[in-house]
Amino acid sequence: MATVERRTKPIYEGTRIPSPVPTILAVPERLRANDDIQQINFGPNHPSTHGVLRLVVDLDGELVVGLRAVIGYLHTGFEKTMEQKTWWKCITYPERIDYLAFQSNELVFVLAIEKLLAMEIPEKATWMRMCLLELNRIHSHLVWLGTACLELGAISMFWYTFRERDQILDLFEMVCGTRMHTRYFQAGGLAEDIPEGFYEEAWKLVAQMPKGVDQYEDMIDQNRIWLERTKGLGLLSAEDAIALGQSGPALRASGVDWDLRRDQPYLFYDRVYFDVCVRENGDVWDRYKVHMDEMRQSTRIVAQCLEQLQKLDDGAPWIADDRKVVLPPREELHTSMESLIHHFKIVTEGYRVPEGEVYVTIESARGEMGCYVVSDGGAKPWRVKFRAPSFVALQATATCMNDALIADMIAIAGSLDTVMGEVDR
Amino acid sequence: MSYDGVPGLVETKVAHGETTLVVDPARLIEAALHLRDEHGFGFLSDVSAADYLGWGEQQVAGYLGTTAGRDINQPGTNGLARRPAAKPKRFSLSYHLLALRPGAPRVRLQTWIDDGEPVESVVKVWPTADWHEREVWDLMGVNIVNHPNRVRILLEDDWEGHPLRKDYPVGGEPVRFSGEE
Repeated sequence: MATVERRTKPIYEGTRIPSPVPTILAVPERLRANDDIQQINFGPNHPSTHGVLRLVVDLDGELVVGLRAVIGYLHTGFEKTMEQKTWWKCITYPERIDYLAFQSNELVFVLAIEKLLAMEIPEKATWMRMCLLELNRIHSHLVWLGTACLELGAISMFWYTFRERDQILDLFEMVCGTRMHTRYFQAGGLAEDIPEGFYEEAWKLVAQMPKGVDQYEDMIDQNRIWLERTKGLGLLSAEDAIALGQSGPALRASGVDWDLRRDQPYLFYDRVYFDVCVRENGDVWDRYKVHMDEMRQSTRIVAQCLEQLQKLDDGAPWIADDRKVVLPPREELHTSMESLIHHFKIVTEGYRVPEGEVYVTIESARGEMGCYVVSDGGAKPWRVKFRAPSFVALQATATCMNDALIADMIAIAGSLDTVMGEVDR
Repeated sequence: MSYDGVPGLVETKVAHGETTLVVDPARLIEAALHLRDEHGFGFLSDVSAADYLGWGEQQVAGYLGTTAGRDINQPGTNGLARRPAAKPKRFSLSYHLLALRPGAPRVRLQTWIDDGEPVESVVKVWPTADWHEREVWDLMGVNIVNHPNRVRILLEDDWEGHPLRKDYPVGGEPVRFSGEE
């Protein structure tokens, strides 16, 4: 394994955030005077923009001297749509915002509902949520790794990462019947009990995953092209990262030791052992390394969740027993009038959530995922707003790509790990 | 920690374990700087606006119960119909702040404004507010002033209206190239 030399000094002095607009890199006056600046459109339909992102780039030769990111091509008005649906129907929407880390988005919305309802969640559901969240994090990082390498010309990595990714999607399919956008979390717990045979398959993945990560690192850690295209590029200092609101792997790669799973524990993250992966150079290489380390740590968490789940009784509840919110068990509908009424009322009218406003944050695969929810006490949310980590990550493009070469833009944009669906919502 | 020293503080609310500091919109920048420099809230997580047009006009059946659950044989546990409490002005603008230190303290800095009432941009306090404020302007039409680049972000530059407002029609927008424009 290649070693990274540790820096003791800050990676650069002062700030590189452009002024007055922090997200627009303006062409310097002296360059604007000569007629040699070329403006090109990078995207919106460029294969390496992870969706539809348009970067308006000013080039001096091969050097990026001006940059402006244009977004909104995937805007579908999720937040407006959710105001028209009842709470329980809304749960399908957050997942579709981020199609790689769908379960963390689903969870953040469900946690917001549960916070307003002050519900208590059974232990089994909480462990299973954590297990799936970490699997989802690995899934998201695998897709990131595969596509980031693909964009730099290393095609083979894609096939290797998708091998493990497929295994994870098989697990999701086993649990909830669909491979993506699972809608497995409900207000109160899970939608279904954990199926038979899940633990065995999950343990197979836990055994396979560390080997897989070693294999990926063996493939590119010594690769001269990969090293030259990642080391020292896309610099972002710790101060700049915080000022720009960066979170997740990009923040930790800049030397900020911050992870909501440890620093603001939700679910049972305070009951498991894992390390927060921090690197200090704030370049593309470090972001890559943080992703790799996080996959190992997530595998550790999955193993601990599985151990805890297997300790529980087979008949342990997987959803809260709260008939005003949770659908009654299927078999009761044939015998109990009350259950039938509750089922009918929840499905037709939806459950009601007390008046109030909450802001819930979790550490998604991409960083701090937040959900601001306002309820007027009715069956539909009054206002839902998502704090999408990718949306914020793209604000750092102008800082990271300052003085980069056009060819390196792809590596830098890739390293910020954005999902355009989440940026535009 | 006490937030009594925040400039322009109108009200402090604590609900669901979250602290909301309502400040006077005219003194927003002072309050923001105070929270950043004195209380260490160096990380702006999110800026959210909410439109309360029509809030409280319809009755909602409130929700009663305890965390221990409700008795399904007890009638009326879904609560009686009532109106939610009135809001001071039409829009709320919430800045969700985080301090990167043990305990992860969070606070919601909130200000209330009417349609068109100016709100000073906080980009100089937290550079990350740039796109958040553009989004607030674009989708909710909150009049952010002194923003270095206040243009629409998610919608096209020539879009009419602000879709997240409650008076914006749902499903009524013209579809381009459909022959019905």
